[in-house]
Amino acid sequence: MKGAEAIIKALEAEGVKILFGYPGGAMLPFYDALYESDLIHILTRHEQAAAHAADGFARASGEPGVCVSTSGPGATNLVTGIATAYADSSPVIALTGQVPTHLIGNDAFQEIDALGLFMPITKHNFQIQKPEDIPATFRAAFEIATTGRPGPVHIDLPKDVQEKEFDIEKYPIPATVDLPGYKPTTVGHPLQIKKAAKLIAEAERPVIIAGGGVNIANASEELIRLAELARIPVCTTLMGKGSFPEDHPLSLGMVGMHGTKAANYCVTESDVLIAIGCRFSDRITGDIKAFAPYAKIIHIDIDPAEIGKNVRVDVPIVGDAKIVLRDLIANLMRCEIKNKESWMERVNELKKASIPFMDYDDKPIKPQRIVKELMEALKEIDPNLKKTIITTDVGQNQMWVAHYFKVKNPRTFLSSGGLGTMGFGFPAAIGAKVAKPNYNVISITGDGGFLMNSQELATIKEYDIPIVICIFDNRTLGMVYQWQNLYYGKRQCEVHLGESPDFVKLAESYGIKGRRITEPGEIKEALLEAIKSNEPYLLDFVIDPAEALSMVPPGGRLTNIIQPVREEPKIRRACFEDIKNVRAEVKE
Amino acid sequence: MEHKHVISALVLHKPGVLQRISGLFTRRGFNIASITVGITENPEIARMTIVVKGDDKVLEQVIKQLNKLIDVIKVSDMDEKKTVQRELCLIKVYAPTESAKSQVIQYTNIFRGKIVDLSAETLTVEITGDEDKINAFIDLVRPLGIKEMARTGPTALMRGPKILKPKK
Repeated sequence: MKGAEAIIKALEAEGVKILFGYPGGAMLPFYDALYESDLIHILTRHEQAAAHAADGFARASGEPGVCVSTSGPGATNLVTGIATAYADSSPVIALTGQVPTHLIGNDAFQEIDALGLFMPITKHNFQIQKPEDIPATFRAAFEIATTGRPGPVHIDLPKDVQEKEFDIEKYPIPATVDLPGYKPTTVGHPLQIKKAAKLIAEAERPVIIAGGGVNIANASEELIRLAELARIPVCTTLMGKGSFPEDHPLSLGMVGMHGTKAANYCVTESDVLIAIGCRFSDRITGDIKAFAPYAKIIHIDIDPAEIGKNVRVDVPIVGDAKIVLRDLIANLMRCEIKNKESWMERVNELKKASIPFMDYDDKPIKPQRIVKELMEALKEIDPNLKKTIITTDVGQNQMWVAHYFKVKNPRTFLSSGGLGTMGFGFPAAIGAKVAKPNYNVISITGDGGFLMNSQELATIKEYDIPIVICIFDNRTLGMVYQWQNLYYGKRQCEVHLGESPDFVKLAESYGIKGRRITEPGEIKEALLEAIKSNEPYLLDFVIDPAEALSMVPPGGRLTNIIQPVREEPKIRRACFEDIKNVRAEVKE
Repeated sequence: MEHKHVISALVLHKPGVLQRISGLFTRRGFNIASITVGITENPEIARMTIVVKGDDKVLEQVIKQLNKLIDVIKVSDMDEKKTVQRELCLIKVYAPTESAKSQVIQYTNIFRGKIVDLSAETLTVEITGDEDKINAFIDLVRPLGIKEMARTGPTALMRGPKILKPKK
């Protein structure tokens, strides 16, 4: 059997049915073998989109997503997508072609040190030197990607390795993987869990921060049980959204830089803080010294390196969130849990003060109103939002949705948290829709982020993937605009995107329906029409470019939430006339 | 408080592992003072001795991050008092005259080093020991003129029967 056929066999053995990729010279033997296989390959229009789609597939389904590229530029194009998956602990398998082994190191055509390139942005990576190693390496790669703290794994595949014949009978896929340096701890230490249970039972003002790890560990049910059992209010990180239903009476919404007032104040006032599957990024803690100053911190995480990395921890528990929470609940059932009436009163008072105003009738449309009507429209179709997935891009669109959209179910809100990758949302929606074909998948994006991977309109048209794209269109890099207004004396440098393209015409040029919405009264109807159409659909919402979000300044205290003020900006912008003038001064 | 720490790591003996480890140090902003690598009694496993400078928090992160690497089997912070540490140093000393040469030979004998090469103008000394001993020898011959020098950085093992074992 040829190496390439063995790769297909290995993928099939792992249960892979769908791949996202882009062929090229060094990967041709693989694509030739693919011709004969039952695997479905989705040809994206850029490798970065293939990586994001595989990532979206993984986040929505919990199964590993697979993306493929050729060597050299194909591999470098995958990099941003793989780094995104790494930052958010998403199990993605990235296959790259490589020049034949005898040419490696000679700067051959389309050669790049892919092993070195992917090393710092993957959980692990391999370069296969001989086809005999394919079965065992693929088994190890999938094992590493999907267990412990999940993450992307990259496999570099030299062309001759793909072409060479070998006797696969002699090198079967191993039943078990033995990696001497890889033994993730899944069960939490019983003594630490007992300590945590005691602390929680005795707490007067406990708060839970649920991170992405709760979604990854599928530990939502346990989280809800814990919160209800001990009456603990729950806030989530951006990545933790969906792990706790945001319409639950104990939900505080999102915490951190763009967090709700309720969440930020509750964390600051808490006496016991239970952080689950969260890495205390700077976007969550703000000023570390002022973060949860009165709280004993219990930190549950499967990655020991996360514990104590950013904040001091009183009770560290290394383990899988689902298993640890089960044990913790069992322990807590045996404890006497303190009454929390006064804390609940305080929590509810803060929550009341956190209810956002969203009923704007303004023109241009206010983004808050779009989010509100999106919730309403979706609930008309899917009352419990069980079959609805929202992906966001990065920037203000992301934060408006993160802040205001009440996510109810795990793995239904997908966003690039750690790396903050513009261009992520739309291709990730493709992966999510492919993973969950019966779900309504809505891609919320800014105009800037959408343009970074808008070529994927061709992909959704070609494969007829019914995604609704909602562009929050302000012709501005909104988040940068806001920061320049706040921190750079309103001096707006290169954040205006201008009037092109006409997104509706752009969609139509790909054969996709598009509609521009400028009236607040049209929002819901347009959304319903797009979702119900069950075909690719682009909605261009023209929104107010000056609308900004409340936020905690970077490195600030969580309770120092500043409200945006509308300010007249000073704009810097050049045109070709200026370029000509500058060049004219240069001697011919 | 900044301290010097000697970290011993058992790693899989295969290509790219050193790159993974040094890359991790660069990326995380940990400062490596020295690193030595060599094979162990098991040909599939290499031992790295890494000297880092930093406070306890840095050390904890270094060890945890090293442990995260799939190719790293076991990591340990070596307590200096319970560790045998040795470093190899080769020093080419300028000694054009007979008296200079005999001086270097005398110093080398006192430090229990070896003369491993000789030319009309130079003597090359091989010396092993802990860091302080090597520094002392270098200080001693420096006035004569050190033409060239190569140091390995320390390598270490725990004293007594205790060994670094992979987790089961």
